[in-house]
Amino acid sequence: MSSDVNGAAADRMAGVEPVPGVAKPDPILVVDGVRRSFGGLTAVDVDHLEVQRGTITALIGPNGAGKSTLFNLLTGFDRVDAGEWHFDGTRLNGLGGHRVARRGMVRTFQLTKALTRLTVMENMLLAAPRQTGERMLGAFARPVWRAQEAANRERAEHLLERFKLLAKKDEMAGSLSGGQRKLLEMARALMVEPSMIMLDEPMAGVNPALVQSLLEHITALRDEGRTVLFVEHDMDVIMGISDWIVVLAEGKVIAEGRPSDIRADQRVIDAYLGAGHDDSEQEPPTDSGGSHE
Amino acid sequence: MDILQVLADATRSAIGPVAAVYALAAIGLNMHFGYTGLLNFGQVGFMLVGGYGVAVSVSTFGLPLWAGILVGIACAVALALLLGVPTLRLRADYLAITTIAVAEVARLVYRAEFLRDITGGVYGLQGFAGGFYDLNPFPSGRYGFGWLAFNARDLWMMTVAWGLVLLASVLMWLLVHSPWGRVIKGIREDEDAVRSLGKNVFVYKMQSLVLGGVFGALAGAMLVVNQQTITPDQFMPQVTFYLWAILLLGGAGRTLGPVLGSVVMWFLLTASDSVLRQLTSSGVITFITNSEIGGIRHALVGVALVVLIVFRPQGLIGNRKEMLVNVK
Repeated sequence: MSSDVNGAAADRMAGVEPVPGVAKPDPILVVDGVRRSFGGLTAVDVDHLEVQRGTITALIGPNGAGKSTLFNLLTGFDRVDAGEWHFDGTRLNGLGGHRVARRGMVRTFQLTKALTRLTVMENMLLAAPRQTGERMLGAFARPVWRAQEAANRERAEHLLERFKLLAKKDEMAGSLSGGQRKLLEMARALMVEPSMIMLDEPMAGVNPALVQSLLEHITALRDEGRTVLFVEHDMDVIMGISDWIVVLAEGKVIAEGRPSDIRADQRVIDAYLGAGHDDSEQEPPTDSGGSHE
Repeated sequence: MDILQVLADATRSAIGPVAAVYALAAIGLNMHFGYTGLLNFGQVGFMLVGGYGVAVSVSTFGLPLWAGILVGIACAVALALLLGVPTLRLRADYLAITTIAVAEVARLVYRAEFLRDITGGVYGLQGFAGGFYDLNPFPSGRYGFGWLAFNARDLWMMTVAWGLVLLASVLMWLLVHSPWGRVIKGIREDEDAVRSLGKNVFVYKMQSLVLGGVFGALAGAMLVVNQQTITPDQFMPQVTFYLWAILLLGGAGRTLGPVLGSVVMWFLLTASDSVLRQLTSSGVITFITNSEIGGIRHALVGVALVVLIVFRPQGLIGNRKEMLVNVK
């Protein structure tokens, strides 16, 4: 399942030089000079970064590289100290998380956030955009939102079927396993109809048997025309499905390119494993949450 | 001991106007905590501004009663905005700290000497409820049967107060069984998740705070109309904790939880009071004086609540399955 056989997506990246900050033919997300520090520590300092539309782009880096912080900044869950970023031509600076999501950039979380005391179906329906009944006064206009609700329910059932959760639709989300919660989160994000989906460690804490199925779902997102940006630790996973990889270390983009470029990049090996380390197949320890606080 | 007397006292209290007032205020708290997960420890503050809205408007400024109730509601909206704007963007515990402090500060301001001309200071206000009782459609007389009879005034008060409880319950049911209610419950579970799905969490929390506060203000207005007098020191912080006890007893996150909680709570409070009074006056218990009964009955109810929380944490009509989802 190498990225090189993914014809369409690979074509889009044709001729793009694997150097940090390189321009892409049709970027959906453009980041310029985004910086965030916590006290004296500069967590994120990205000069220029573009994400190509309709591809799977992976964001990797050692613990504390600022991946999750960058995610939070771009999706409006944290405030930048400097810089600006554009999504689909609109400047997103200063927009809260909900506004970013409404514009079509929807994120998931490293620690899965299933709404545990709602049913799986309620989780899905909640995410549907532009509901009349979700406004306080609109809530009393039951006949008006009934039809909308039925349409959303149908869409939710299709998505649940695709993510193999349909049988669980009336169960509490809190009763799902870790992997199923990841699937639910992904399905729920799709209810928002995003053009770009940001997955924060989609494989963390997932039963290995489910990993393959999750990967197929991510590839399917790209194949239906969405852009995927995801943070991940597992190198095999990243190499297998990414069209493009961005490597972050100490808050800066130190390398980007196709999986084959990254695999050979000495800076990446040094940053990831420490200079002088020779066990190149070793996966780094899982991020214990320190990088996003 | 006269069991019938105990039952009569307890039942009168359980269906009386005060139980309705507490049910109404607890419905507001249910909106805050039961559905939205907001920790409001200052519900009594909303009752206070609602009560004084009526008393000050009518007694001090000579406005009609309906205007006073509107003023009380407006004060509750203002108080909710005042509390919510700075704290609802922060973590849940900040709202808890702020609400308990603001409710207590409000009580001290309303009883302050410099406001004596308006609020009556520590002596409060009287003579503002006449307009309410003038509207009483029931001719005077006794209504009910035997030991469970009320006079026309009480019947009118109970009709209006329980009518409001019914109205508030229907309103709550409609709201929480709508997409709006689904977002609200989502916020209770995890507000970041809801935000990431494109919902403006701050606005929802504010709407919930305002609506629950308005229910609190209506309860306060009903309370002082029932008493026909208002004093600042009846709005002590413990009122809020009675409301919490009522909510948890009945079942948070259930439409009828606070209503049932209030009825049962007042039944128990009055029953224990009645039993203790009979035991002391008949000489069975000699080591408690009448003046100590008030404290002891609260201790007994406290023990009952502890037992309830241990053996039935979801309350009388809560959903145990839902309650335990996060602790497995």
